[in-house]
Amino acid sequence: MKFRVNNLSCRRGDLRVLSGVSFTLAAGQALILRGPNGVGKTTLLRTLAGLAPPDSGQIDAPEDDIIYAAHSDGIKAQLSVTENLRFWADIFGTSDIAPALDLFNLRPLADRAAHHLSAGQKRRLGLSRLLVCNRRVWLLDEPTVSLDVQSVRTFADMVEDHLAKGGIAILATHVDLGLKSAQTLDIAPFKAKPEDTGNPFLDEAFA
Amino acid sequence: MIALLKRDLALALRSGGGFGLSLAFFLIVVMFVPFGIGPDSATLAKIAPGILWIGALLACLLSLDRIFQLDYEDGSLELLATSPLPLEAIVAMKALAHWMTTGLPLALAAPVLGFLLSLPSGAYMWIFLSLLIGTPALSFLGTFGAAITVGLKRGGLLLSLLVLPLYIPTLIFGAQSVTLVTQGTSNSTAFLILAALSLFSLALIPFAAAYALKVNLR
Repeated sequence: MKFRVNNLSCRRGDLRVLSGVSFTLAAGQALILRGPNGVGKTTLLRTLAGLAPPDSGQIDAPEDDIIYAAHSDGIKAQLSVTENLRFWADIFGTSDIAPALDLFNLRPLADRAAHHLSAGQKRRLGLSRLLVCNRRVWLLDEPTVSLDVQSVRTFADMVEDHLAKGGIAILATHVDLGLKSAQTLDIAPFKAKPEDTGNPFLDEAFA
Repeated sequence: MIALLKRDLALALRSGGGFGLSLAFFLIVVMFVPFGIGPDSATLAKIAPGILWIGALLACLLSLDRIFQLDYEDGSLELLATSPLPLEAIVAMKALAHWMTTGLPLALAAPVLGFLLSLPSGAYMWIFLSLLIGTPALSFLGTFGAAITVGLKRGGLLLSLLVLPLYIPTLIFGAQSVTLVTQGTSNSTAFLILAALSLFSLALIPFAAAYALKVNLR
């Protein structure tokens, strides 16, 4: 299994955000995306996840083996922790939610409505979805936001474990997770140049 | 797919869900009509099929923006779109869940409310049947409108404007298939066209709405 990106350009709406992004990941490798806010980390991840079509360039990835975790966790407030996890397990055609409940210490909260969870607990629930869904490529957007130190360490171990099993992970994060086999890609240099709009007024506006 | 249907039904039935909303609205509209028109049962009987259909249509419209908006806001629509389920199946399941929590209860309640409007006795079965057959078209067409407007802040007004013209054929043939019965003529043409409208939207809307969603999620 390989995840190869060649000369990729991404758009956010009408605006080209990134151009010329290339990297290759083999099984067991992780890539950490860095760069200042608004540079296009989320746009890149959404393009890799297939939500937005690439503007140009190629993505060579096992499309049916990707799971994407966005800023928001997609948790239904009225459902309990177990029901939320069970739902994603059913959607992804898996069944075992027990390891996910144990890893992030969600057992004591299992029957609580997600509505009563704190921000960090919600995030733990969101991340445990990754374990439930059993996909080999993880695309994670700011996975550690609102986690406490202990949970960040648990999460880093979980990613390490995933890589050891031959998985791939691409993370946009500002926190140092201490992943051993991770490459870091600073995407600021790939920031797209303003396009030539053919309109002198607009060109000046972006200069 | 069944998991998504079950989740949507559970969400609609729990607190904060939209289940009671449409039904209560339908009840209120229909109950107010005799007060506005007056108690003359001949007049009421004449307009009853139309009032019941208009009430059902508006009640249906009321809950359309919940179909995708809530999932869009909490991020689960994006996660569903990147899941193994095809978008067409997601759309179809959401429309089906909307029908089961809106159209079906409305169809069941309509004969009871028909009594308030002194609906002629032969028409009770037909108001139930016409709503049962016609409301899937309302749910599916509405899902298409909801897919187009998802992500717009306060897209409810635009959604209504988009969907209302699409609802007109269903309203005409739905109400007509009951009115004709009260007039003692055969309603089979109107009823068959109503069924055709439902089947047509059932077959095509999932693809159109899935495409609209795909564009909106970019």
